[in-house]
Amino acid sequence: MDRVLSDKKAIIIFVLPAFLLFAAIVIAPIFLSGYYSLLKWDGIGKGTFIGVQNYIDLFVNSSEGFGKSVLNSIILALLSVFVQLPLALILALVLSSGVKGENFYRTVFFIPVIISTVVIGQLWMKVYNPSYGLLNTFLRGIRLESLQMPWLGDVRTSLLASFVPIVWQYIGYHMLLMYASIKTIPDEIYEAARIDGASPFKMAMKITIPLIRPILKVCVIFAIIGSLKVFDLVYILTNGGPVHSSEVPSTLMYNTIFHRYMYGSGSAMAVFIVIECLVFTVLVQKFFKVEEFTY
Amino acid sequence: MSKNKFGNYSISIILAIIAAVQIFPLIWLIFFSLKSDAEIFGENIIGLPQKFLWQNYSKALVGGNAGMYFLNSVFVTGVTIILSGVLSSMAAYAIVRMKWKLRKPVLTIFLLGMMIPIHAALLPLFLILKNLNLYDSPLALIVPYTAFALPMSIFILTSFLQSIPKELEEAALIDGCNIYQAFFSIIVPVLKPALATISIFTYLSTWNELMFAVTFISKREYKTLTVGIMSMVGQYSTNWGPIGAGLVIATLPTIIIYILMSSQVQKSLTSGAVKG
Repeated sequence: MDRVLSDKKAIIIFVLPAFLLFAAIVIAPIFLSGYYSLLKWDGIGKGTFIGVQNYIDLFVNSSEGFGKSVLNSIILALLSVFVQLPLALILALVLSSGVKGENFYRTVFFIPVIISTVVIGQLWMKVYNPSYGLLNTFLRGIRLESLQMPWLGDVRTSLLASFVPIVWQYIGYHMLLMYASIKTIPDEIYEAARIDGASPFKMAMKITIPLIRPILKVCVIFAIIGSLKVFDLVYILTNGGPVHSSEVPSTLMYNTIFHRYMYGSGSAMAVFIVIECLVFTVLVQKFFKVEEFTY
Repeated sequence: MSKNKFGNYSISIILAIIAAVQIFPLIWLIFFSLKSDAEIFGENIIGLPQKFLWQNYSKALVGGNAGMYFLNSVFVTGVTIILSGVLSSMAAYAIVRMKWKLRKPVLTIFLLGMMIPIHAALLPLFLILKNLNLYDSPLALIVPYTAFALPMSIFILTSFLQSIPKELEEAALIDGCNIYQAFFSIIVPVLKPALATISIFTYLSTWNELMFAVTFISKREYKTLTVGIMSMVGQYSTNWGPIGAGLVIATLPTIIIYILMSSQVQKSLTSGAVKG
């Protein structure tokens, strides 16, 4: 028995294909990016080794505003954590309390999550269209014509305008995570609280929310990391424009590498994004590190 | 719960409004995919199409190449799902059930991969693919997609495998099966629910993927839907009708799968997170 299960050849056959593929496509490139980030290189010929200069330039010297793009991604992270998540939580609480149409609403709220970002991006571009889009048409309809704007084309609104679809798309995802977690809480706890005269609001605050702390932590991590590395929707909606007003690190990275051929600088941006995500994951884990309530 | 009629009523209304906000943009999309330019740009911006312009769809499928992009996406996604499914089941089985010293470190390495944003791999992969002459071919997408699908699949499969009793394959092995037979004829059938879960997961991330698709393929005949739609938009820039049709075509499979298997899909996407 043991002999069969420790058969070296079988183990290798089972594991090696996946591992090799993974190492070549996921692991090795990370290190390669790290290496490239230390070079000044335009992709042709050999690069010159310049150490951490790329990283310094990102913040001190950056003509395209890498620092500003990081700030933008942090704004999105704040929006996600303090607007999107509370909304998702309220929805999850309401849906799990046994309203009519619970399954229907759950299914509907989740639909934007599974739709391709390209579709969402293109669709919202139409929504934002100054003349024929859903938004301005709606504003005209309720007599708020003065609020109409070229949402994606104006430096003042482009950032927030590109963030709305992102929040819109993933609210259902966080809601579902929280909902699934709430559903695992045994009814007896609520029964006991109800007998003691607790109101629904009190039960939510004192029972539900503390008990779903682990999943709240997961949601916060996903929301923050997702915001820091957001690419698809911003790329489609504004590509960082106009004039970098809606730039985020990943769009800047993409353009730096593929349009300005600054491979070293772009790699430094990529590495920065990776490290940023790791740091925030650790920070959030620490923040949530209070004893978890068990029942 | 609370018997407050007024409370229930207002909650229902609010839920309905939110559902409308979540859904209406999509409904609007379906509407304008069937409208003529005249309706879209003036007469009937929001309402139901007065005339159902199905030509928009044929325009998108043929002139806009949506049909070709669709098939490319189907091919790339299908192969990725199968390949990553096979590789991850084998690896997960070896990690959970076989005895070897390195199995914990290997699992950790795979799991760490889940946290890595793909940005860091973009440029190196681009260069690697070019050097291996795989750039601008379906493999340029299949290979990276499969690799990036492995961590999550292995994660879900290893959790699932841990709940399968060892007696299952032990009986087969005692009867004289070799390990490969035991794996394929006993373990794999039992893995089916988990395989469905990871397939859905892989399908969603692959079908909708943009960054790699836009970078690793430039030849039109290999483009997948995500990138193809963007070229189509460039081509038909002010013809919202065909563009809308293209967008609907891109989304339709996903919506159909979701409607048919909504609880499975929801379970699949949350299982990874709830466990971790």
